[in-house]
Amino acid sequence: MAIVHIPTQLRTLTGGVERLEVSGTTLRQVIAALDAAHPGLGARLCQNEGLSPALAVSIDGSFTNRGLLAKVGPSSEIHFLPAIGGG
Amino acid sequence: MAKKAHVQTTINGEPTEFLCENRQSLLEVLRDELHLTGTKEGCNNGNCGACTVILNGVPVNSCLVLAVECEGASVTTIEGIAEESHLHPIQQCFLEDAALQCGICTPGFIVAAKALLDKNQAPSEQEIRFELANNLCRCTGYDKIVRAVQHAAQRLQEVKG
Amino acid sequence: MAIDTRETPADAGRTAADKSAPAYKVIGTRPIRHDGADKVTGRAIYGNDVQLAGMLHGKIVRSPHAHARIKRIDTSAAEKLPGVHAVITAADLPDLRDKVADLGEGRVNLAHLGANVLAHQKVLYKGHAVAAVAAVNPHVAEEAAALIKVEYEPLPAVIWVLDAMKPEAPLLHDEVYTEDMTGHRTSEKPSNASKYLLFEEGNIDKGFASADVVIEREFKTASVHQGYIEPHVSTALWNVDGQLTVWTTTQGAFTARQQTAELLQVPVSRVKVIPCEIGGGFGGKIPVYLEPVAALLSRKSGRPVKMVMTRAEVFEGTGPTPGSFVRVKLGAKKDGRIVAAQAWLAYDAGAFPGGMIGPGCMCVFSCYDIPNYRVEGYDVLVNKPKTAAYRAPGATQAAFAAEQVVDELAEKLVIDPIELRLKNAATEGTKRVGWPAYPRIGFVETLQTAKSHPHYKAPLSGKNRGRGIAAGFWFNIGLKSCASASINPDGTVTLMEGSTDIGGTRTSVAMQLAETLGIAAEDVKPQVGDTDSVGYTDVTGGSRVTFATGLAAYQCGLDIRRQMAERAAVLWECDAQDVTFEDGAFRQNGRSITFKELAGRLNETGGPVLGRAAVDPEGPTNGFGVSIVDVEVDPDTGKTTILRYTVFQDAGKAIHPSYVEGQLQGGTVQGIGWALNEEYFFDDQGRMRNASYLDYRMPTALDLPMIDAVIVEVPNPAHPYGVRGVGETPIVAPPAAVANAIYHATGVRMYELPMSPPKVWAALQAKRECPVV
Repeated sequence: MAIVHIPTQLRTLTGGVERLEVSGTTLRQVIAALDAAHPGLGARLCQNEGLSPALAVSIDGSFTNRGLLAKVGPSSEIHFLPAIGGG
Repeated sequence: MAKKAHVQTTINGEPTEFLCENRQSLLEVLRDELHLTGTKEGCNNGNCGACTVILNGVPVNSCLVLAVECEGASVTTIEGIAEESHLHPIQQCFLEDAALQCGICTPGFIVAAKALLDKNQAPSEQEIRFELANNLCRCTGYDKIVRAVQHAAQRLQEVKG
Repeated sequence: MAIDTRETPADAGRTAADKSAPAYKVIGTRPIRHDGADKVTGRAIYGNDVQLAGMLHGKIVRSPHAHARIKRIDTSAAEKLPGVHAVITAADLPDLRDKVADLGEGRVNLAHLGANVLAHQKVLYKGHAVAAVAAVNPHVAEEAAALIKVEYEPLPAVIWVLDAMKPEAPLLHDEVYTEDMTGHRTSEKPSNASKYLLFEEGNIDKGFASADVVIEREFKTASVHQGYIEPHVSTALWNVDGQLTVWTTTQGAFTARQQTAELLQVPVSRVKVIPCEIGGGFGGKIPVYLEPVAALLSRKSGRPVKMVMTRAEVFEGTGPTPGSFVRVKLGAKKDGRIVAAQAWLAYDAGAFPGGMIGPGCMCVFSCYDIPNYRVEGYDVLVNKPKTAAYRAPGATQAAFAAEQVVDELAEKLVIDPIELRLKNAATEGTKRVGWPAYPRIGFVETLQTAKSHPHYKAPLSGKNRGRGIAAGFWFNIGLKSCASASINPDGTVTLMEGSTDIGGTRTSVAMQLAETLGIAAEDVKPQVGDTDSVGYTDVTGGSRVTFATGLAAYQCGLDIRRQMAERAAVLWECDAQDVTFEDGAFRQNGRSITFKELAGRLNETGGPVLGRAAVDPEGPTNGFGVSIVDVEVDPDTGKTTILRYTVFQDAGKAIHPSYVEGQLQGGTVQGIGWALNEEYFFDDQGRMRNASYLDYRMPTALDLPMIDAVIVEVPNPAHPYGVRGVGETPIVAPPAAVANAIYHATGVRMYELPMSPPKVWAALQAKRECPVV
């Protein structure tokens, strides 16, 4: 089961829960599972068939650019973050 | 349109003449009329030294010199620093000591350093910093530039002695 | 005394772990950079050195008002001036409403990007571009620009971030609402606060209640500029066949291509961007400003058009870093363990949303392992130029605050400031604000190196002298890079890569290919390609090039080795699988042939060999730095002199130590300028009054001592040679380190940047008049 860390600003949708375990082998499946358990989460994390443009995703400590297509392992840790760059 | 001025001067040891408007700076003429683009424009008002050339033995900001002022004068630009087919020790030391990162300020520094070492063959660190204070660098923090000039001074002394 | 910069201090920062590191042949040496000869002779072609036949010169008309509605633009007089070939306004840009583009470092609202390039309906800062002309020379272009009549309806302007957050503040955009981290709208009405972020873990109320010492302080910082010596310059040719070629100074040819194509709504296939040598960027040359304008002028005039910014335009019309207000509260136990941390940050975004508040929030406590925290951040619109990235964007403002509070804690708890940081230092496994746990990082090693360095123990005596310590962090990204390389018959390799070279990276990338192939650095000829000659490569920024493009060079090298092994197999009539590569030679069954020798045999074994790689490594590489600085403050003038500075940073593995040292030194000095003098000085009409190098006071050689740079190496497990990004971290700690030093020199703590002489003098004066017991 993938471990998803819920960003602070979305915990109102999970009843304050910070850490959720859901099944899925892609990020799309994981988010679908999150939304099934806590309706509304999917709409916040996604936009226009993809991940929200304001967000970056880290799976097992590394950023992924694959968005919803990113592969998720059996015990992957997933974080949603504001996108960062550099100068 | 006003008639252009006809200027005769010496640039990097070569007799050079050009036509220019009275309002054109030496920097502009070097770059746009003579295609000597090694001298750079960073601010166009004498505050960054990227346009440093040597005019009659004195380092100047070429953006603050009118081209017409160079009648009969001798000008040295970055293009005139290297000796025939090999680099001047200042240039060589800048490379060995990694005294450049983006390189845009480098021509100005090398010319200013040449003027400095022509005048003072054994400058202290403080003297180097003082003489180069007119040249801004945003990449290096000046440390390696100062070391490169120190090394160049040593190397020039070795060649002489 | 001869000073030799050639040796890296033998065991500086080398931990037990990496004493077993492999002995490299090329990596760690200091070859002369491949573009060196051109750069020291003035031959290198920078953007303003580009000359094309029939070239016109462009000039932009800019708003004199900080905030105004555009009522009318009359270009008729300008169009009639002899020598003028084209005039444009925002009307010449396509309709960009509701269009968003992915520019590699995040999504960008194209309507906003376009309106920043040429103002649409409103001007939002003094210097905002409104129109542009192309003429036969720059002087005529300037005259024509002065003939363009713009009718404005001035509006009240707001400059300070906290003022812009008040309900009665002038509103910059009618269609911008407050959004949360996911982009979800959280305000009912339009707002200058375009983003609100919140990160929280544990329970800070319990945490602070359990603390023995709690310190809360507020800090302010002014806008500062990246200050690159080369102004923005672009030359565009919209050719008769519809192909647009742009020669430009940019940190990324591909992002420039994409932004330009998106703003003009033409396919990227019709746009070619040729990156010229670049005279500094630091993040400020990632957004486009001139490219689309020059392109439109070229299309209208049928001629190539070159546009160069003046220094004043660079200050007023490009992207400084946010000014900020930051409140930090830390609670710690007597033994030094920080048990709770709270931060409230408001960063100005300038005239359009999309500022640096995210990284600011995520960096403010990123050096430490803190169980309970709450971090809130606002991205706020103000009538200043739209902010752009500046070397670790957002981190320096946060560190100025947090690292001073840590310093106060150390003093109050009577714990050595480095020791206090060691007690709380982030290590592998530490969870941080909003982020997953750190992998292997080198903060502890960097702190230890600083602690045992002679500078830390050196006596510092004399009046008004003090020593300051601070730490800094930046993520360092990965992102995409491509590389291709062809083998020349003499055993040299021509490498084509796509990372514009701002600081010597073409050499550090070439060195990684050379190491992989067992050849000399001089035998690799690196080239930086344009958008038609190399595969997609993300920007030179985010401290990514030596890491990611280096990784591409490494994989390109592996690809070449595979192919060369097959060629050796042909020569030796054996199985390619039996051929190994060791010590610079291909070997099989006692036979060997060097790379160079085999390169001469390619024609007879199958023809040319071309290596290639396309990588997208997933950062971050996590760069930690520590500064030790000694200062002397003149009580009569408030001037601070830097007496001695030592900068420490974990580079993972320094490919070319001289250029790593250069990054440490350069970033430190930018930080010193930010600390002591640099600021955008605005009048009460919101106009910048010091838009020149005379009054925007950056450090000169005379302001500084040597900057001692100590490279720590805790190899990055995610890179074959252990590389971590290094470019950005060095700017983060210096303002806090200098502030801490000023405090220890004078007993006065400075809560505002810059800590310029008038401000320090005033603070000293206030202390003299009302000494605090």
